Amino acid sequence: MKILVAVKRVIDYNVKVRVKADNTDVDLTNVKMAINPFCEIAVEEAVRLKEKGVATEIVAVSLGAKECQEQIRTALALGADRGIQVQTDQPLGSLAVAKLLKAIVDEEKPDLVLLGKQSIDSDNGQTGQMLAALAGMSQATYASEVNVDGDNVNVTREVDGGLQTLSLKLPAVITTDLRLNEPRYASLPNIMKAKRKPLDVKSPEDLGVAVSSTLTTIKVEPPAERQAGIKVASVDELVEKLKNEAKVI
Amino acid sequence: MAILVVADHDNSTLGAGTLNTVAAATAIGGEVHLLVAGSGCSTVAEQASAVAGVSKVLLAENAALENRLAENVSLLVAELGKDYSHVLASTSTDARNMMPRVAALLDVDQISDIIRVQSEDTFARPIYAGNAIATVQSSASIKVITVRNTGFDPVSAEGGSASVETVASSHDAGVSSFVSEELAQSDRPELAAADIIVSGGRGMGNGENFELLYKVADKLGAAVGASRAAVDAGYVPNDMQVGQTGKIVAPKLYVAVGISGAIQHLAGMKDSKVIVAINKDEEAPIFQVADYSLVADLFEAIPELEGKL
Repeated sequence: MKILVAVKRVIDYNVKVRVKADNTDVDLTNVKMAINPFCEIAVEEAVRLKEKGVATEIVAVSLGAKECQEQIRTALALGADRGIQVQTDQPLGSLAVAKLLKAIVDEEKPDLVLLGKQSIDSDNGQTGQMLAALAGMSQATYASEVNVDGDNVNVTREVDGGLQTLSLKLPAVITTDLRLNEPRYASLPNIMKAKRKPLDVKSPEDLGVAVSSTLTTIKVEPPAERQAGIKVASVDELVEKLKNEAKVI
Repeated sequence: MAILVVADHDNSTLGAGTLNTVAAATAIGGEVHLLVAGSGCSTVAEQASAVAGVSKVLLAENAALENRLAENVSLLVAELGKDYSHVLASTSTDARNMMPRVAALLDVDQISDIIRVQSEDTFARPIYAGNAIATVQSSASIKVITVRNTGFDPVSAEGGSASVETVASSHDAGVSSFVSEELAQSDRPELAAADIIVSGGRGMGNGENFELLYKVADKLGAAVGASRAAVDAGYVPNDMQVGQTGKIVAPKLYVAVGISGAIQHLAGMKDSKVIVAINKDEEAPIFQVADYSLVADLFEAIPELEGKL
């Protein structure tokens, strides 16, 4: 089976985010960028399916400016076989990304598409579901377990009340949650090898997709700061404050 | 034009988040219709018709909608949604699973997780795990939106008298099926609806020690949550996780026990009205957002607290 895995270049999750002084966006100048953590879990799952003999080929795709080739190389170092970059300097909304991925799905015809459940920058959580709808594919979001069984895939999902298991007909779209797996570290030989793996570059025009959006960001502000309160010396004082000052118990 | 709100439910009970979503719809303005899509869910439609501010309930029943599979429900919602200016749902996992499909089928961008309505086309939403708030304007013909519950005070579940209209549904994409579910059984309130939450972190040491928190919670009528660290360590199941990738909560009182206060946990609870932190590490970042900080060993402080409640 062939797996397509989508990866996004985002701010490294350890970096403290700061809003620009002119309130147009967050400040990304000279900030460390990395593969979105949920996308990394998607790559790891694809690699494990290949190691189990379920998958035969893994294609990693990323969309955006030239720099996102770094994240494709990361996926290749983790075990993906080849990469596709859709080159554009325009900002892409989730719907545009889903349309571009749909065009790639039409070309590549994967049996399974793995994506992160959301990216840690825009926090939308939309792309996988949109892709599945556009491609008429089944979907399972927030996956914590994936088992391919012939023409079907059973996926256990993390839902509000606990866990839910679905059976999907292939081809299917699966988005990953945190506990699906723990991604490996790429070894140095694999990082070197990844540099020689094939990486195709396409444009939205090649794919016949218009990437305009109906959403405009008017401003970006820091959230309201919460002031630190007071230190209490004992459990007695805490209970007294909660009863008489905060009046919450 | 009217606003369509997709109700959260389990075929027997209307989900609490629906009340917050109706509040957001009311803030946008216009007639509010509530869609109950499921199977054997007429009691939910009755509850929906009593929700304040709802003028019409649409009831769609179909065996393929029973488990609210996104592929099937989205076909129905997209079909109905064409006649509305806005389609709203909460940020339950059901809605987050289904709504982007609706947006894609309607060929519009979706606005996720709004916390404020500025006007009928302009909304505020957190980005970067709540480290920034973006105000976005949509020129889409139909605005497909998910609503973060903590951003809106719920409307009353009673007092309304909406008519219930049955909608024919044979929507079935036929590509997925429900196998099983394991839902946590608990007599305590749900995290999303609780007035008081007691949460434990890695400092709890193991799953058995959460018993200490359950005892305190039962005295307070509180729900029990956990940090991602505690869930990842296997102390408690994932449905208890509070944080950016778990549940986003804003109770009247949040008691964080043995939680250091990683940014992703703070993103899930910092809108709580009153925050108490109990931690033996004086430097723990949780103390920077707490209203009442107690530097103490939780294994002494928690039993003492239980005794004094």
